[in-house]
Amino acid sequence: MYRYILNRLLLSIPTLIGAAALVFILMRLIPGDICMVRLGGSGGSISASALAVCHAQVGADRSMPLQFLDFIGGFATGNFGISMWSGKPVVLEIATRLPVSLEIAILATVVAVLIAIPLGTISALKQNSWLDHIVRTVAIAGIATPSFWLGILSILVVLDVSRWLFGSPWMPSIDYVPLWVDPLQNLSIVILPALTIGYRYSAVTMRMTRSAMLEVLREDYIRTARAKGLLEQLVVNRHALKNAMLPVVTLIGIEFAFLIGGLVVTEQVFNLNGIGRLFVQAVQNQDYTLTQALVMLTVAVFVVTNLVVDVLYAWLDPRIRFG
Amino acid sequence: MKIRNGWRATLVIALLATTPALAQTPKKGGTFTYMIPADAPPSLDGHKENTFATLQATAPFYSTLIAVNPDNPSSTTDFVCDLCTEMPKPTDDGKTYTFKIRKDVKFHDGTPLSAADVALSWQYIVHPPKGVSSARESYMVMVDTVENPDPETVVFKLKFATSAFLPALADPYAYIYKKETLEKDPSWFEKNVMGSGPFKFSAYEIGQSIKGTRNPDYYHAGQPYLDGFVAIFAAKQSVRVDAIRADRAVTEFRGMPPSARDELVKELGDKVTVQTSDWNCVNLLTPNQKKKPFDDVKVRRALALAIDQWKGAPALSKIATVHTVGGLVFPGSPLAATKDELIKMSAFSTDMDKARAEAKKLLKEAGAENLKFELMNRNVDQPYKFIATWAIDEWSKIGVKATQKVLPTGPFYEALRSGSFEVAVEFNCQNLVNPLLDVAKVLPRSVYPENYGGYEDPKLIELYNTMLTETDATKQREKMRAFETYALDTQVDTIMTPWWERIIVARSYMKGWKISPSHYINLNLANIWLDK
Amino acid sequence: MTVAADHPITLRRRRWLDAALTFVRRQPLGTVGLVVVIVAALAGLSAEWIAPYNPTSNDFAVMTEPPSAAHWLGTDQFGRDLLSRIIYGARTALIIGFVSAFVGGFAGLVLGVGSAYFGGLIDLALQRVMDILMAFPLIIMALAVVAIFGTGVQNVIIAITVPLIPRCARVVRASALSIREVPYIDAARTCGFGHVRIILRHMVPNVVAPFLIMLTAFVGQAILAEASLSYLGLGVQEPVPAWGLMLQGGAEEYASTAPWIAIFPGLAIALTVFGFSLFGDALRDAIDPKLRER
Repeated sequence: MYRYILNRLLLSIPTLIGAAALVFILMRLIPGDICMVRLGGSGGSISASALAVCHAQVGADRSMPLQFLDFIGGFATGNFGISMWSGKPVVLEIATRLPVSLEIAILATVVAVLIAIPLGTISALKQNSWLDHIVRTVAIAGIATPSFWLGILSILVVLDVSRWLFGSPWMPSIDYVPLWVDPLQNLSIVILPALTIGYRYSAVTMRMTRSAMLEVLREDYIRTARAKGLLEQLVVNRHALKNAMLPVVTLIGIEFAFLIGGLVVTEQVFNLNGIGRLFVQAVQNQDYTLTQALVMLTVAVFVVTNLVVDVLYAWLDPRIRFG
Repeated sequence: MKIRNGWRATLVIALLATTPALAQTPKKGGTFTYMIPADAPPSLDGHKENTFATLQATAPFYSTLIAVNPDNPSSTTDFVCDLCTEMPKPTDDGKTYTFKIRKDVKFHDGTPLSAADVALSWQYIVHPPKGVSSARESYMVMVDTVENPDPETVVFKLKFATSAFLPALADPYAYIYKKETLEKDPSWFEKNVMGSGPFKFSAYEIGQSIKGTRNPDYYHAGQPYLDGFVAIFAAKQSVRVDAIRADRAVTEFRGMPPSARDELVKELGDKVTVQTSDWNCVNLLTPNQKKKPFDDVKVRRALALAIDQWKGAPALSKIATVHTVGGLVFPGSPLAATKDELIKMSAFSTDMDKARAEAKKLLKEAGAENLKFELMNRNVDQPYKFIATWAIDEWSKIGVKATQKVLPTGPFYEALRSGSFEVAVEFNCQNLVNPLLDVAKVLPRSVYPENYGGYEDPKLIELYNTMLTETDATKQREKMRAFETYALDTQVDTIMTPWWERIIVARSYMKGWKISPSHYINLNLANIWLDK
Repeated sequence: MTVAADHPITLRRRRWLDAALTFVRRQPLGTVGLVVVIVAALAGLSAEWIAPYNPTSNDFAVMTEPPSAAHWLGTDQFGRDLLSRIIYGARTALIIGFVSAFVGGFAGLVLGVGSAYFGGLIDLALQRVMDILMAFPLIIMALAVVAIFGTGVQNVIIAITVPLIPRCARVVRASALSIREVPYIDAARTCGFGHVRIILRHMVPNVVAPFLIMLTAFVGQAILAEASLSYLGLGVQEPVPAWGLMLQGGAEEYASTAPWIAIFPGLAIALTVFGFSLFGDALRDAIDPKLRER
């Protein structure tokens, strides 16, 4: 097993280098540069000397291969450099935003699992019943609604309901407070975005649970268990659900790594100062160092999650051998 | 008042409220929460940055030498002292301005502020040392030297006398920094805050919010009224409207679109107050004359003729942050063209059938009957994309097919600078109304580096220079007309769109603040108080 | 048998009909989905004939009007008829959806089957490339692509398509791998058939089922991705009638004062994606014998 993990880790090196090269090239293909974004924003004239000073500051005068080596070398030694936009260490920029995003991602996952697994199971057990149809319709609606639309609507609903209940509209604060400072306020801020993301996430998970359950329910050992006269509940809980969970766990893992994409839009809708919003800002500001670090972070998370999921998978299911 | 045809700065209190807002005595106390409609600015240094996000986040911490009168901010000519003791009369044929500096001013660290701090800050703005940048160096071309003969005096010596100097000096970004700090580390103010303004810096949550508390030693008696403030970065409009609705924030100081105003007034009635003003910002539709067929003035004129300014402005004002038809000059300025003067130019015709027939004829003559082109725009909704949608539909009425291509800020500038566009939605948005300098935008690039029309025109430059050196107001106005007519009608170097409208919606308990034609000024919060 | 010989066409038609009827009976949700898809497709194809107004011409006399007899779904900020814009928007949505899905799908198919068939170093290298594209945050790549090339329908399509390729390639490769070692492929190889022939005749048909199911999912995902890009301001641009664009403008500015401007385009997107997903699910259930009803 250790050999398998080592092998997988070695295979991830080209992925990381490839992703590094891709983001490096993509960012530099975008016309213009950070100095123009910085100085041109307001429509006044850009002073030529200010532009020159800015270019020197951000190191735009270094050659491309050197810049790439800096980036790879820095990444390998854990030195992510300085954000070209704010002049602050990239690690600090990311660390400031990570708690909000992580909190929402974890909460959304919890929401998704709590909704998806029971409903997906019921849906499979009652295949093609009206219950199944309703559950599937709700699930697919979650996948079909643009996430920003869901977010904007959910705030409006909160505003209207609170006005109806208390006479004046209420919404959570738009100034994030960390969990350890004021847990209640913090929860009121993160709950809506977590639900919005969690709904979509649960829809995907629910569909996977349903089809995995359907497949497992047709396996011989389930028939045997049923034939032995075991209680249906026991069959489902002990035998079917446990085995159906394998692909579901995989999906949850992979989707967790993909959450960053969902956060990009949701954090904008709810005005959260998280990683997703930082990502968009970094790309639009043409902040090479920050974008590169963020891409490498997501790629690394993706690689690690995949590895963990695969190892878990193999560990849970003895039929899979480490190849 | 004929001249100021479009000029309005109105205070509309929603519903029937007749509160004598101005007669009340300010109450002390309270924390004021407002939103900055942008993402985090690159740095906190007003001297180096050029985005309103920096200004709206840091203006409460700093003092400036002079400022637009906070009690009369809609005026384009009313400047008052902030750190000086009185507004000086120029000497030496208008080439020397001597300012006496207040003696009762302290920096937030407790040390006294002297003329030496003012002089050095201005020296860094006007002539930054090597390796230090100054974003508005080019606005200060008229300044020769800034001197500090004694601890109470700062003297500005100009290269030539010009009425453009005082507005430039009232630049809201021109914070006064501490000499010692600036000399030791000119980049210190990028990441730190230390001024002498009405509020002391208390916290900056990077990318999220900035907070300040009352400066008890503030030198303007009685001010500030607030105990403190919280400014939250909120880039998306729906969030900002919702936040005002739920009273999570009092207001924002850039300007909201009409739809947001309508929603808030409908929802909150007299709990919100609306102030509107013409805004010193305008979008320009600039053809790239290096690209065919836009090198042909007939084609450019046809594009201008097709647009119905007079019908478009009132309609657009219902959905976009634009309002007043105008020429090159801000409609609130005495130098601006009247409606009668505008109509004389073909681009401002009132007989659209005739104008569009003429446009089609011109296109035919130019051999560009089925003209198709790409309109390049910046990734900003209000009002850029609204202007583009409108213009494209107007052009379709003379058979011209335009598509819109939107670029983020960086690529947009690169395309402008490298001339890789056909027609662009440009913008001219200046900190302070200073028409003589603002209209320089249409001068060829050899003179004005931020012109992207791709033309050379000695006659236009000559017209400008004679206007700039004219001292008689009436004659200067006539020369402005000649310059404007030549640029907009004879050459059609750019096509005007309605000037912007600034709409500020605030919770009604915010008092003491008045709207101005610029979202860069009157932002230090010293005059704001909460009636709660 | 005689019937078949006499009326082969009738029988084929009847068989097709039978299959369709079975599908309708067994997959009521899938049928709903199919109907939605067909309606959207018809709207998109016949927009010129069925749309009551020109979708791009402004009419300042009727700005932000609620639904009425003249404008069934109301008008937008520029006084344009929403129904007409939604009908034309179906075309934009389906062009983006189908082109992205097909281009992304076929590129994925070729890479996936090729990777599985040739194996070895080619497989290893291709898989690493796919890994990179998979791990790369999609929306960021889309943002970068649009920043490089600018907006415009074809650039938006490029931005959406690139991320679809590796996901398709993955699934196809897995299906193809499972049949690569099946004896008849070996047999075909020993018979000396060329690579192309083996791939086209033997491997491709076996991965068609998962591939088709994925295609239907991709169409929906592409339509949603366009909406997300629109929210960031970098999707299809005015005056092109496009659902994501209409929803963005409507949702940001008119969600509570003129809700129809936001609701109808939002519904159009949700319903269409919903339709494709339901249909895709039903197709999977129908094709996969394991999931068929007991």
